[in-house]
Amino acid sequence: MIAYIIRRLIQGVIVLFAVTIITFILQKLLPGDPAIDLLGAKANRVQIEQIDHLMGLDRPFWVQYWKWLDNLLHGNLGYSYKREQTVNSLLAVAMPRTLVLVGESTIIAVLLAIPMGIVQAVKRNTWFDYIATGVSFTLYATPVFFLGLVTLLIFSDDLNWFAPTAPSADGIAPYLTDWNAMFLPVITLALPSVASYSRYVRSSVLDQITQDYVRTAVAKGAKQRRVLYRHVLRNALMPMITLLGYALPALFGGALITEVVFNMPGLGLLYINSAEQDDYATMLGLTVLITIATILGSLIADLGYAAADPRVRLTDS
Amino acid sequence: MSVVSSLGAQDPVPDLTPTPSAAGDVAGRQRSMARRMAEVFFENKLGVLGLGILVVLVLFCFLGPMFYHTDQIHTNIDSTTLTPGSPGYPLGTDQEGYDELGRLMVAGQSSLEVGIAAGLIASVVGTLYGAVSGYFGGWIDALLMRILDAAYSLPSIFVLLYLAATVGRSKFTLIMVIGLTLWLLLPRLVRGETLTLKTREYVQAVRVMGGGTNRIIYRHILPNAIGTIVVSVTFIIADAIFALSTLSFIGLGLESPQIDWGGMLNSGTSYVFDGYWWLVYPPGIAIILVIIAFNFIGDALRDAFETRLQKR
Repeated sequence: MIAYIIRRLIQGVIVLFAVTIITFILQKLLPGDPAIDLLGAKANRVQIEQIDHLMGLDRPFWVQYWKWLDNLLHGNLGYSYKREQTVNSLLAVAMPRTLVLVGESTIIAVLLAIPMGIVQAVKRNTWFDYIATGVSFTLYATPVFFLGLVTLLIFSDDLNWFAPTAPSADGIAPYLTDWNAMFLPVITLALPSVASYSRYVRSSVLDQITQDYVRTAVAKGAKQRRVLYRHVLRNALMPMITLLGYALPALFGGALITEVVFNMPGLGLLYINSAEQDDYATMLGLTVLITIATILGSLIADLGYAAADPRVRLTDS
Repeated sequence: MSVVSSLGAQDPVPDLTPTPSAAGDVAGRQRSMARRMAEVFFENKLGVLGLGILVVLVLFCFLGPMFYHTDQIHTNIDSTTLTPGSPGYPLGTDQEGYDELGRLMVAGQSSLEVGIAAGLIASVVGTLYGAVSGYFGGWIDALLMRILDAAYSLPSIFVLLYLAATVGRSKFTLIMVIGLTLWLLLPRLVRGETLTLKTREYVQAVRVMGGGTNRIIYRHILPNAIGTIVVSVTFIIADAIFALSTLSFIGLGLESPQIDWGGMLNSGTSYVFDGYWWLVYPPGIAIILVIIAFNFIGDALRDAFETRLQKR
């Protein structure tokens, strides 16, 4: 196990290193000049050179990269000259909101998808299975923004059940307590996950049902309920650990769109606003942060899975 | 579905399967193989449905404007947000006075063009990357795969927005941006195929007979991996249409006067608050239909190519 952890950690560090190089090169290829951001469009050449020298932008490429990496390793994601604020302070405000959105919708998605997938597998090829499959496929093909607009039209505009926009007050409290305003964003983000997770649970349970140990359990007289809960589900649901870990990029992507539709000032809206204002520093800092989260997510998923299922450690090399 | 259809195709149909008596029969054999694959494809009802939807959408978007003339260039402030069924406007008009039905056709052209072009670019890049990595192996493979891991860790929507915001938003640059974001899906598949194919006896035979690397990759490995590739291409095209619509919805897609289905929903939230449901449902449903169509076609193609492999 320790060897496996070390191997995966080294892989993660290498990938992270490669990502920082890619993003740094992307940043350097971009149009725009921090000095001009700082001084305004009418800055003259001498002033620009002075600022460039002060910020170290006239040094060789690898020196700049090293300095940027050094900052990054100290938890400093950069400075937005457009907003005259550190990227960290921008993130500190926006990130908790996105985490609440992503966390709540993941919990709801898992709670809906697992029973749905199990029932579909046990009652396969019945009308329930067909309808659930049809709904899953349609949800899977539905862009998040369209889903958001449809839920708004139905539940907010027509039925008037829920507030049309996410909470707008400062701080994190309203995002945790104002269920009326959070319901539609959370559901919009959860539904596509329900579609893919339930498909996964369904096929995973079906795989297990045909295994020899299930036949043995049935043959020795175990009740169907007991076989399902004690034997099948234990094995069938374990891969969900990996699925959740690897779902992070899709979740953040979905959260970004959801935040645009419901005007929720989280990471996604911050990213879009930065794109519209050419605030590349913020975009880059955010990209690096999400990437680190992605790598950590898959790492934790793999380690969790290896802890739960010893066979993985032996076969992966 | 897939199991049933591929089993059915294994029943030999006598007049379609001439036994190749000599090497000269290869052409005839290939023709019957193609026909068999078509049979398997058309036995898959969902595949046929997908193909049907796609054909109808293509005709609607590209031939529709020839019969249903609308002005999609000039705004018309005298006839904004007319409800569906208003005289002369079967699907109503949008907030700038464009005819909604005609706009759906024009926007569909961009969605399909950019989606298919970007999907093809992603496929070519991804295929070559995977083939090189799998064929050469060793440190080249290790390096390429670690780069792929790194690229995988960059969340695609963020990269997409980043590139679209910085590189520009013409049709051509969007095709490149989307294509170069989605290529990641193929290399692993192609690499896996290549790894198994290069150990096959006939590939070793070619090498023994003096066939070079290029010949082996282009003449022997890629044609045999084509099934995997073609199936993935259909899914990647669906993803590309999806990606374009997302970019356009956010406002970083095609620039006016060009428009795609996602762009039609760009002011979606204000339509919703004003109750203009007819501006929300048509483009959204069009996107869903085209995505479902490509996915069904991909599934049916997978069955068809599996039959070919079974016959070999």
